[in-house]
Amino acid sequence: MSRKGVNIKIKELNSDIAQLRDISLTIGAINNDTWDEPMGPTPFPSLTTLRNWDLTLLNRYKPFYLPFCDLCCLCTYGKCDLSGTKRGACGISMPAQQSRTVLITACIGASTHCGHARHLLDHLIEKYGGDFLINVGDTGVEVEAPVIRLVCGIKPVTLSDLEPVLDYCENQITQLLAVTHTGQEGYQLDFESKVLHAGMIDQLGMEVADIAQISALGFPKADPESSLADLGLGTVDTGKPVILVIGHNVPPSTEIIDYLQKKSLTSDVEVTGICCTALDITRYSSKAKIIGPISWQLRYIRSGIPDVVVIDEQCVRADTLQESAHIRAPLIATSEKNCLGLPDRTDDPVDEIVHDFITGKQTGALILDPVKVGEVAVRTSIGIAPLRKKHKTLPKDTDAIIALAKKCTQCVLCRRACPNDLPLPAAIKAAAQGNLSGLDEIYDDCLGCGRCEPPCAQKIPIHSLIVAAAGKKTRDETYCIRTGRGAIQDVEIRKVGGPIVLGEIPGIVAFVGCANYPKGSREVAEMCMEFAKRRYIVCTSGCSAMSAGMYRNEDGKTAYEQYSGHFEAGGIVNVGSCVSNAHIAGAAIKIASIFAKRPLRGNYEEIADYVYNRVGAVGVAWGAMSQKAAAIAAGFWRLGIPVVVGPHGTKYRRMLLGRSDKEEDWYVYDARTGKKVYGGPVPEHLFFAAETKEEAMVMIAKLTMRPNDTSKGRANKLANYIDLHKRLVGGIPPDVHLFVRTLSDVPLTMKDEIVTHLHDHSWKENPIPDPTLLKRMIHKEKEG
Amino acid sequence: MPMTDSWQTAEIPGPKKASLIIKPDIADAMIRRARRPIMVVGHGILEYEVEGRKLIDCLIELSRRGKIPVVATASTNQEFLNRGFSPSALMPAVDLANRLTDARWNGLDGKDSYDLAIFVGLPYYMEWTILSGLKHFAPHVKTMTLDCVYQPNASWSFPNSSIKDWAANLTCIVANLGD
Ligand code: SF4
Ligand code: SF4
Ligand code: SF4
Repeated sequence: MSRKGVNIKIKELNSDIAQLRDISLTIGAINNDTWDEPMGPTPFPSLTTLRNWDLTLLNRYKPFYLPFCDLCCLCTYGKCDLSGTKRGACGISMPAQQSRTVLITACIGASTHCGHARHLLDHLIEKYGGDFLINVGDTGVEVEAPVIRLVCGIKPVTLSDLEPVLDYCENQITQLLAVTHTGQEGYQLDFESKVLHAGMIDQLGMEVADIAQISALGFPKADPESSLADLGLGTVDTGKPVILVIGHNVPPSTEIIDYLQKKSLTSDVEVTGICCTALDITRYSSKAKIIGPISWQLRYIRSGIPDVVVIDEQCVRADTLQESAHIRAPLIATSEKNCLGLPDRTDDPVDEIVHDFITGKQTGALILDPVKVGEVAVRTSIGIAPLRKKHKTLPKDTDAIIALAKKCTQCVLCRRACPNDLPLPAAIKAAAQGNLSGLDEIYDDCLGCGRCEPPCAQKIPIHSLIVAAAGKKTRDETYCIRTGRGAIQDVEIRKVGGPIVLGEIPGIVAFVGCANYPKGSREVAEMCMEFAKRRYIVCTSGCSAMSAGMYRNEDGKTAYEQYSGHFEAGGIVNVGSCVSNAHIAGAAIKIASIFAKRPLRGNYEEIADYVYNRVGAVGVAWGAMSQKAAAIAAGFWRLGIPVVVGPHGTKYRRMLLGRSDKEEDWYVYDARTGKKVYGGPVPEHLFFAAETKEEAMVMIAKLTMRPNDTSKGRANKLANYIDLHKRLVGGIPPDVHLFVRTLSDVPLTMKDEIVTHLHDHSWKENPIPDPTLLKRMIHKEKEG
Repeated sequence: MPMTDSWQTAEIPGPKKASLIIKPDIADAMIRRARRPIMVVGHGILEYEVEGRKLIDCLIELSRRGKIPVVATASTNQEFLNRGFSPSALMPAVDLANRLTDARWNGLDGKDSYDLAIFVGLPYYMEWTILSGLKHFAPHVKTMTLDCVYQPNASWSFPNSSIKDWAANLTCIVANLGD
């Protein structure tokens, strides 16, 4: 194999899956002489290298398709009606078409992370040099890049060493996208295998991006006690000029912070953010403030508080230019990927741009030089703040709300456009009569999407009515969040590896992803706190990390104030932004490699098999919305980590569900004997959409079970599952007998009722295997 | 609004759309004709009242009169238990629907496959996607929804109705089944 900057020479390859000897590997200028671990069988896997592993998983968790449309319209043969058993003009079937759509989605997600990583890395190498050393945790982190080591078989030392990783990712994404062309792949599970490949590539891209920015920008380095940052609309000092940054690519925002510092203006201007740029800017300066998840864009801009809006890439509303023009706040676009039709003023003098903004001659500009963005944003905010006087587009008082509500004809079109089917017409009717409580209640469940407004023939700014009616709530949004700590330390892994694999810590639950929640942010905070209280290790990232902090308990504390940031039982660990998700996968990988000493280098299948059978980790993307979220989930699936999504997640077009009633689906190899034995339906599903928070919580507890659990561990996991089921669903879980292998698995305090249940279900004992899905591991275990 | 518009405006499926339950007799005939019906009840039912009583009470009566086993999803079970009614199964909606696509699945009691699945009370968009899954991949199962809004992916659905009309229809369906 050879690709730009990477040379791998293999003298002998003698394949079962692969036995490799004498590999010499050169990456760019460095070679990995310092890393004495022998190369595993699958460095830089191609589209089909891990296909057998994928198909093993996919045959257990077959896709349950939920077509979002009966048609395919991808080429000019179409539209083709694919309903039922019909095929398109190209011969494709509905299942294959659904999987193809999932693959396109995963490719969009992976390319977005990798494109972001490339942009960021180029910038950091230009600024700090390619020889800048990677450092994600001063002393505690020796395995600096678990995903890269696992997938690529290389150990990056400098920023330049990350370039060949991205070369590989870009190559694979091109190949994957080509698979979706008309007349390519025709079988659904092969599409699905490629979805998993895209997910793995996505994890690489995320890891590159985050370790590069952690190293070069001095973010917290695997620090469990990283500082707390302000979170919420109410934390902003509106007496000052305010800059709003939105998106995911942090360099323009760090330049704003640097300029403020250089000019000793740090305490004169507020830097506030939405989405992942907000998370990352607080990793750079804890003085920056996070307004909230993606759904806060409209409400915050319409509040008139920001004086300048700086956008970069991903999850930025496409109408931000119009919205910011309405409040007379200039907009600076900073990414080639998001130019919004604006004139490119990268090469113009700062004075001119600032002048044009302040005088209103221009409402927005594209500036592709982050340093210039820093200066323009700060000087514009200071210059324009006294002129625009926080001009807002929200109704100014209760009378204004009532007057607007009175125009409503109760046509119901707003409600029918609302993704959460919120009872808007009734609330507006009440508001017209002076009662704002309905609108105020809707605020809690509102996604801030604005979809209710365009259908309204009366031109009522419905979302603005909601936000204005909830004015007190927005002012009270004063929370805090532990800034993203980045990686998990090797020492932490050593401490918890045993308890996790043995089940004394019931599981790792990672709340990740976007904010397309069925019932608002609060549910994420409640779930986090419940699992932390139950001594699971809770991880957070992205918009979910913010939601986790947007709630106070009876003592007035947020989740981050109440629970530790250590990767330990009962910790709530914010790893950081979307790209920091790589550290959660990384932690699972490190449990296999550091705690269990499984070979890591280029050894994907064995590590994934270990994680799948032994590490009780579950991802929860309660508001998963984006294509990136789909790719992130796919990365977890390939590693054998199940993912739970909210009800909107059914729109991802298919679930990956196990059939606990089919005994034959749940056989594993016992590595000790080589025999196939029943391992039980654990984890029961790989991709599952829950209808409500309660259903999700019970399922999360269930999905942490693994065939390898010791009896003590299984009893602990079952105790949580049964207890949550009793409280949230009612009664003992009807399937509990499927998860009891021997009587010592039964939680002591529940013995009588469970034993009666076992008796009623003709339960029989099953041995606890040393589980693996890989035949070749039998041999190895015997040797070991 | 036209009777066969999706309740959530943009949720348009494609050519194959549900037939309308314009009169209660249609639903009754479907239920009577079914060899093995099953009813999936989501948490949304707790919001509604039908002619002065809770929708859940109406569904309990429907289950009893029509001898239709109930699968309670999410935490709907709690409300059934509070009323002294035990659902036949507690199962997430996606799990149950996935099993329904398997023509060889012999049901909750292991006796035989189902030929009619009645859905009520899931979030509109989730019921939409699940019914789409069944429309395409469970040709052996007819689906019906008892929600007051049009679900285009079911085999049979009420039109978008006022609560009053819908409640009257539902009451009538239940009453007829006792005959
Ligand atoms: S890609 Fe195939 S199914 Fe889709 S429109 Fe073209 S011919 Fe029809
Ligand atoms: S802005 Fe809120 S109320 Fe309006 S459609 Fe979106 S979620 Fe519904
Ligand atoms: S769309 Fe406008 S007029 Fe129609 S119900 Fe909603 S607010 Fe009223």
